[in-house]
Amino acid sequence: MNALLTCWLGTALATPLYLRADVVHTVSGDPIDNGAVIVDDGKILAVGPAASLAIPEDAWVLSGAVLTPGLIDGWTTAGLTGPLNSSGDQDHAESDHAVDPALRALDGYHPRDPLLGWLRGLGVTTLHAGPSPGQPVSGRTFIAENRVASVDEIALKDDAFVVFSLGEQPKNRFGSQGSASRMGNAATIRQALEDARDYATRRALPPADRASRDLGQDALVELLAGKRRALFHAHRADDIQTALRIAEEYGLDLVLAGAAEGWMVAEDVAAAGVPVLIGPVMARSWRDGEQRNSSFEAAAVLADAGVTVGFMSGYEGYVPKVRVVLFEAAIAAANGLGFSRTLRSLTLDAAGILGIADQAGSIDVGKRADLVLFDGDPFEYASHACVVVVGGAVVSETCH
Amino acid sequence: MIPLLCALVHVAIAAPIAFVGATLHPVSGPRIDDGVLLVEDGQILNIGARGGLAIPDNAVQLDSSGKHIIPGLVDSHSHIGGSRLNEALGPVQPGLSAVDAFDPTHTSVDRARAGGITTVHVMPGSGKLIGGQTAYLKLRRSSVVDDMMLCVDPPDGAALPARRGRCGGMKMANGTNPQGDGGDPKSRMGAAFLQRQALARGQQRLKALDNGPPAPHDPTDLDGDVLAEVVSGQRTVHFHTHRADDIATILALRREFGIDVVLHHVSEGWKVADAIAAAGLPCSLIVIDAPGGKPEAMQLSLQTGAILEQKGVPVAFHTDDPITDSRLFLRSAGLAVRGGMSPDGALRALTLTPAEMMHLDDTIGSLQPGKAADLVVLSGPPLSTWTRVEQTWVEGHKVFDRATPEGAALAAGGGADLALPEEPR
Repeated sequence: MNALLTCWLGTALATPLYLRADVVHTVSGDPIDNGAVIVDDGKILAVGPAASLAIPEDAWVLSGAVLTPGLIDGWTTAGLTGPLNSSGDQDHAESDHAVDPALRALDGYHPRDPLLGWLRGLGVTTLHAGPSPGQPVSGRTFIAENRVASVDEIALKDDAFVVFSLGEQPKNRFGSQGSASRMGNAATIRQALEDARDYATRRALPPADRASRDLGQDALVELLAGKRRALFHAHRADDIQTALRIAEEYGLDLVLAGAAEGWMVAEDVAAAGVPVLIGPVMARSWRDGEQRNSSFEAAAVLADAGVTVGFMSGYEGYVPKVRVVLFEAAIAAANGLGFSRTLRSLTLDAAGILGIADQAGSIDVGKRADLVLFDGDPFEYASHACVVVVGGAVVSETCH
Repeated sequence: MIPLLCALVHVAIAAPIAFVGATLHPVSGPRIDDGVLLVEDGQILNIGARGGLAIPDNAVQLDSSGKHIIPGLVDSHSHIGGSRLNEALGPVQPGLSAVDAFDPTHTSVDRARAGGITTVHVMPGSGKLIGGQTAYLKLRRSSVVDDMMLCVDPPDGAALPARRGRCGGMKMANGTNPQGDGGDPKSRMGAAFLQRQALARGQQRLKALDNGPPAPHDPTDLDGDVLAEVVSGQRTVHFHTHRADDIATILALRREFGIDVVLHHVSEGWKVADAIAAAGLPCSLIVIDAPGGKPEAMQLSLQTGAILEQKGVPVAFHTDDPITDSRLFLRSAGLAVRGGMSPDGALRALTLTPAEMMHLDDTIGSLQPGKAADLVVLSGPPLSTWTRVEQTWVEGHKVFDRATPEGAALAAGGGADLALPEEPR
């Protein structure tokens, strides 16, 4: 009964919120000492020094040490990969198609998955969810608010990037379909794009000769037309350069993901003007795996080179079943990226990379009220996210 | 040239070393601000506040002001050095030893040093009910595993050497990991039965050995010998377990066979904290960033360390490397503090408490005169995200230094490249 009542009060009534903190990091501007934010109707109504902002009548007042924008997971399979890790709660990939752009993450996303709740408690308010790396040409992602409601209600973008994969994973999984080598994998991707061009031509023919509709081809045609963006998962430096090459050949709007060796080709990535979603920072860098040269300093090296960096949790096959971008980013922060750049990467820069900076990523009047109130330095191991607000609703009010 | 170099090194080691001005965390006692730590012949000679103890004239003084110094970290459960493999001889394979699969030149060993780890407990995986013998290793710089062992095994040819437990323990596991096809059990019932059967075999062997050393014509029984060490309590059992009912099964095995047990991982330990406390069993916990990955890890909690600490249970942490990165071992304790554990208890859980679990606390685990000079120099408070491991010392030798290019690469970089060797020297 209590839970029900809280739920009802928290969402249906949409009580105005007054959040006060010793420091408010707007991210878009300078930090505000003893600052406050007023939230009403799901949006940020005002932000400034607490002394200058009167507490609205009937507002719910919440107070803490540090207030930040909600954290953004740049690419994750959370919502598609539940904690049991058994077939019943894994919906992150089709197993038998090397080319599968008809898939849509939204159709497999489970907003009630408990791991989403775990992330919510730790301040992750926005997720870019999609199929796991592995298929050379995989499905489409969607961008969601991290709250429990139907996918239609939580979608910020219901159909966003097309996912591509290079390197070990497609080799391991789709060798029998012509991707047993990096050569074959690149050829598979190029052929898929050529097929889409051909399909677009045949779709424009008179009705008698017109190609029948193919949902996957439609997505690739939109990609080629610049109406949709490409997310390339690549770790090794040469795979990253392959992604840059294919994107240039086909005029794709590219975001790199994973990028364990991105720091080794930071100048090339910067010159291409391509942003990078790094992850995981705490990768298991096996001596013989393609993440063997991952570095805690990768984010700092890329940022120093002028690359826009976000953080991603990606896909995990075992434990931890999901990674927490707050924790991943903290390691990058302590290894050269520093506090301000790390917080910006986790919020406004990630929003920019995902194309949602008009709605999220900073504490600015008119933006969605996605906020996290910490009891100390957000990146300290022993600090807690004590209040989490998604779209103006308090979704967590115990310290995690 | 080479003899001269050795002589120089020897002289350098012989002179006492004084770490001056650091904040010292002895773990066995209260923190000392602006302290002096004296090291000689690989051991801690003295520790105290500056001005409170004499620094020998011939001591090499190292200005450590602004730094924090803690005991060398003791990782109570790790798979570095390539020791992780699960053998497939059968569900019960006590004769195997992790020592035979440990590669001291493996990058993971260097990375453990970069994380401040000076003593590591390496062991076979959890895919078998009795996975094999574990090894307590000191991370001295050597390319030969024998140089890293904390014992001579066997020391004097005795059938059951009294100090043999110092070499290592015995890995056991229950829950879903050791379940499988072939001879592996499919249920928890089968697992407990096979474990009882093996321990009973150890009792029989022990009884036979008590009647005198084996005669030359007696059959050799390597498995039985080591199982006898287990049931005699000389070899500690390190038991992989997650679910509350699996923990309860271990409590029963301990009652029945009198084995010395440490519980490992203990994801649902918070559910049976009172029973664990009543049995007086120590727990070596893994700290994972999120639950799940398998059903029995669904209920793991960052609060487990705090809850067990409040019940008076001895708590240690472990990396389970590669499950968590050895270089981030301090982070495990930091996250436990996030879960409510005391900072002092969390630091103890990385040092003295695991040393006690392995019965090695007479020589390691705290900064006390007479103990090995295993220590870590930190850039700041031990459990802060922003703190870096700057140096790791084992028995008075610096084995990791982040100020060197190799050290910096190791501390931040990946698992080393595939470069061919340079000209061996």
